[in-house]
Amino acid sequence: MSLQPHTPRAKMESRELTLRYGTKTAINKVSLAILEHRVTALIGPSGCGKSTFLRSLNRMNDLIPGTNHTGHILLDDTDINDRSVDVVDLRRRVGMVFQKSNPFPKSIFENVAYGLRVGGMKDKAELAARVEKSLRGGALWDEVKDRLNESALGLSGGQQQRLCIARAMAVEPEVLLMDEPASALDPIATAKIEELIHELKAQYTIAIVTHNMQQAARVSDRTAFFYMGELVECGATEQIFTNPREKRTEDYVTGKFG
Amino acid sequence: MAATHTDKAFEQDLRDLREKLLAMGAKVENLIAQSMKALTERDSALAEKVVAADKDVNRLEVEIDELCRRILALRQPAASDLRLITTALKIVTDLERIGDLAVNIAERSMDLNQVPPLAPYVDTPRLAELAQQQVKRALDAFVSGDVTKAEEVLQGDDLLDALFLKIFNELLAYMMEDSKNIRRATALMFIAKHLERIGDHAMNVAEMVVYMVRGKDIRHPRSRNLTD
Repeated sequence: MSLQPHTPRAKMESRELTLRYGTKTAINKVSLAILEHRVTALIGPSGCGKSTFLRSLNRMNDLIPGTNHTGHILLDDTDINDRSVDVVDLRRRVGMVFQKSNPFPKSIFENVAYGLRVGGMKDKAELAARVEKSLRGGALWDEVKDRLNESALGLSGGQQQRLCIARAMAVEPEVLLMDEPASALDPIATAKIEELIHELKAQYTIAIVTHNMQQAARVSDRTAFFYMGELVECGATEQIFTNPREKRTEDYVTGKFG
Repeated sequence: MAATHTDKAFEQDLRDLREKLLAMGAKVENLIAQSMKALTERDSALAEKVVAADKDVNRLEVEIDELCRRILALRQPAASDLRLITTALKIVTDLERIGDLAVNIAERSMDLNQVPPLAPYVDTPRLAELAQQQVKRALDAFVSGDVTKAEEVLQGDDLLDALFLKIFNELLAYMMEDSKNIRRATALMFIAKHLERIGDHAMNVAEMVVYMVRGKDIRHPRSRNLTD
């Protein structure tokens, strides 16, 4: 083992990414690396472009009519907007967890198994094993193992959100995108999600959008501050919250905007 | 800083903190001056006032600590706000120690005022003036967030050390000359040492000001890990 701290490589990277909704520029020339096995937090006021940026990492913006972009987004060395890229395959590799937990109106088991079935997995034992592994990974297994066939809608908000994380993990993505994953949860459920994020980064690369700056400070290794569609500053989370380089970052993290 | 916090109550808390620190700084500056006056003018009543006034300084220390804890718990300050709070928590200890040292000087003065002076006080008031100036400058640097001024304090400490050494050697000579001088010379030596220590506390404050403004800790450069 080397004594030098391992410098992680960029798992995903945007280069001069500009994205417009019609004529409105949502992100302007953003170049940002999402480092492998690190948690990158995207912060900034509403409308700053952070969620748009997150969604562009697995081409969720494709679903919105009138969207166009310039610049590049790389996953490993592949441009994800290249014609040769299958968007379903991209979204399997780059999974997403949303602000509002959105379990399917199915059983707990079927929620997690869904993506696997869509991907062609049929073997029952294999499915069961993957569901268990994912639910354990989502720190939910012990709470639901005796009622896997009950409706997912009967779970608490915090449990539903962890179920959605487990569901995203079932297809073994490489990158997990999280858009405000804990904003609708109570502090205990939030702490469980944050603990889970810490554990997940050993296996995944994570990018998280949050309005809660203490949460960004707690869970992330790196923090990127967006303002009015621009990336103002990205650095080690500790640096951003103790000694930011840019005045606009300083004003935002100290609460001087608005 | 032009921008103010969106939360006005938070802005007020930070203003209160700065004001309390300034009030405490002004008090300890005054205690240094008064304790020296008690010595040079042989005014033991004034010395007693210095001893009594120290409780105001102590009270401010407790109040500032409480305010900092409240801000940390309720506001979760970040960036320059966080650096201001951590700086306040550190320098409050230095200011309180300066107050204690002024009290110690006043107490030694009361003893010395009972006996004839050993020699005219020339260098000791000069040292006191320098120490007081260093404290004032460090506090000014804190108020205005002025790194240049803080650096002046850091450079100014050599002068105090040199003057202390000079006083020390003179007092040593008095002691060697006549053992009857030892008691008074020792008391004066303590006073000079206290003044020199006040200068060191002013340096601590100045170092924290540099941290507060730049976010860079400049303390103990030689004790740092070489890989830093």
